[in-house]
Amino acid sequence: MTSFDPASAAIGGALIGLGVVLLMLLNGRIAGISGIFADVLDRERADKGWRVAFILGLVAAPLLLGVIGRATPQPDMPGWAIVVGGGLLVGFGTRLGGGCTSGHGVCGMARLSPRSLVATATFMLTAMVVVALSRHVLGG
Amino acid sequence: MRTIIAAFAAGLVFGAGLTISGMIEPSRVLGFLDILGHWDPTLAIVMAAALIVVTPGFALLKRRGAPLLASAFAWPDRTGIDRPLVAGAALFGVGWGLVGLCPGPAMVNLATLSPKVFAFVVAMAIGAAARDLLLRSRAPRPQPA
Repeated sequence: MTSFDPASAAIGGALIGLGVVLLMLLNGRIAGISGIFADVLDRERADKGWRVAFILGLVAAPLLLGVIGRATPQPDMPGWAIVVGGGLLVGFGTRLGGGCTSGHGVCGMARLSPRSLVATATFMLTAMVVVALSRHVLGG
Repeated sequence: MRTIIAAFAAGLVFGAGLTISGMIEPSRVLGFLDILGHWDPTLAIVMAAALIVVTPGFALLKRRGAPLLASAFAWPDRTGIDRPLVAGAALFGVGWGLVGLCPGPAMVNLATLSPKVFAFVVAMAIGAAARDLLLRSRAPRPQPA
């Protein structure tokens, strides 16, 4: 269990916000990552260049931080079946619901979009229920 | 070309934020979602800090005519709470609660070369494609979001 570090959380959160504002200021686009990712793979969608570049920027970030001496930990992942099932649900659900934590949770909430407020409340709730069930009811 | 460099820079800043805040660690995200356990408030602080930047940022940009490198802002124009929105968000939450990864941190974690992260991202792609196939097999192409 890693310790709670409010300063890193606040700085990191502000940088996330800055990235969102930059993409809108420069390109006029919403930084909704599930949508950007799915649109890269969608054959009916043109204009893929900036979408690929944004995702490459995400992947490059921890590598750059590594160069200046900040190691990125290996993620703690569950078993293969949960990983694949969870990925399918995240991909299907975000595409159906039109967004994820970035698109609805940050961009939409910042615009006080009623759709995004409902979506964010919904995915927070179901995620909390799943964690409560898996950790406190079914699992150890 | 300039919009591609700009998008890369925005992704870099966003990804640095996810990394520094600890939000790329599934254990930390699950710690926030675990309200019955040893609760970790990190995600709430990260989200609040992001909103403190984006809310006034977007309000200022809405008063501008156009972005710096494109002809128009692509503000979302969909309104109304419908069943796909709620069902999709609910399913996404289940997957998020099972693994502790949402799409942004999943992308950033590709840099760790973890095979399970690659599997998660491939599954995400299949899930998104499945929804597109289902929807397009039933109805004509809806207006792009």
